[in-house]
Amino acid sequence: MSGSSSIVAMKKVVQQLRLEAGINRVKVSQAAADLQQFCLQNAQQDPLLCGMATSTNPFRPQKVCSFL
Amino acid sequence: MEELRKEMENLKDQITAVRKTFQDSTLQEAAAGVTVVGRVQLKTRKTLRGHLAKIYAMHWGTDSTLCVSASQDGKLIVWDTITTNKVNAIPLKSSWVMTCAYAPSGNLVACGGLDNMCSIYNLKGKDGNVKVMRELAAHTGYLSCCRFLSDTEIITSSGDCTCVLWDIETGTQKMVFAGHQGDAMSLGVSPDFKFFISGACDFTAKLWDIREAECRQTFGGHESDINAIGFFPNGNAVITGSDDATCKLYDLRADQELLTYQDPSIMCGVTSLAPSKSGRLLLAGHDDFNVNIWDMLKAERVGVLAGHDNRVSCIGVSSDGMACCTGSWDSFLKIWN
Repeated sequence: MSGSSSIVAMKKVVQQLRLEAGINRVKVSQAAADLQQFCLQNAQQDPLLCGMATSTNPFRPQKVCSFL
Repeated sequence: MEELRKEMENLKDQITAVRKTFQDSTLQEAAAGVTVVGRVQLKTRKTLRGHLAKIYAMHWGTDSTLCVSASQDGKLIVWDTITTNKVNAIPLKSSWVMTCAYAPSGNLVACGGLDNMCSIYNLKGKDGNVKVMRELAAHTGYLSCCRFLSDTEIITSSGDCTCVLWDIETGTQKMVFAGHQGDAMSLGVSPDFKFFISGACDFTAKLWDIREAECRQTFGGHESDINAIGFFPNGNAVITGSDDATCKLYDLRADQELLTYQDPSIMCGVTSLAPSKSGRLLLAGHDDFNVNIWDMLKAERVGVLAGHDNRVSCIGVSSDGMACCTGSWDSFLKIWN
């Protein structure tokens, strides 16, 4: 690998880091509060979290027929 | 060159320092008033039997009923998860498949692996036969993951360290996303389809702007390969699973890690992960044959899915949130809720 191509590669890395350093950020307290709010607001619509009645479960156990 | 190296180190330190200035709290503190979720006990409702070898990948269709699975028996199977019927059993040219995907429309499925290609299959062909529609070839390494944006565009991640956005109709690369320093192992598309995230063997996760072909953010912290990655349901956070046996939650707007999900008793790498519909639960598949269920806000383990006789290689929660599907090296898929 020639010296100039590794310099080109390094310049790209530096350029990328400059881009990433310059982004807008939000405080963790705000971000955490929003995540928490999303979870709590959507909790009732989360069947794995809340469970579901057998009658509304599309994967409900099939009734088994047995010989009497 | 030396100057460039110094600048690189300075920028890295700068990013670390800036992130700290935004760390006015932690998710633990914010969620202190929230009660931990009660024990989550899911039952196996269906077992999908039919593959003859290890299952490497599965993906739910958007209708929450059909799903596709890929096995190294050389088959892609489309299942009706409610009846357990096989809707399609597609023989593959290469049996070394590592990933599969279902298009949001339900018209197409895709797969790929050690053949370095992403093969697209049309499920709704005129004569009823499922045929290869396109073979997307350009990667110089294995295909680790693929996800459709639509019937005309798909994103792939590869062992050649890049991700690619393809035009399915022309079979050409629209954009190449280069930047990872190790095999790209997994990818996830944002709910608004504008961004995607990738996890790699360089221990980092990257957020990419699809249209600008730019990496926006890079997240480190893991101590080994990231095998699994997914968006938190509101698109503002990213969850990663690693060979270091932990999962991490990174917030995109705060640009930093919020939580690590770990336990001294968990020593096996994470292979796959999926959040529940509200994001409150995180389901993570491990090499030790189990799936751990975490309360995502409190970082406490609240359940375990034990039912497979070998590594859990893939996991997915359906779009309506009604069920979780696990796929394993034991050749079975299980539907849980």
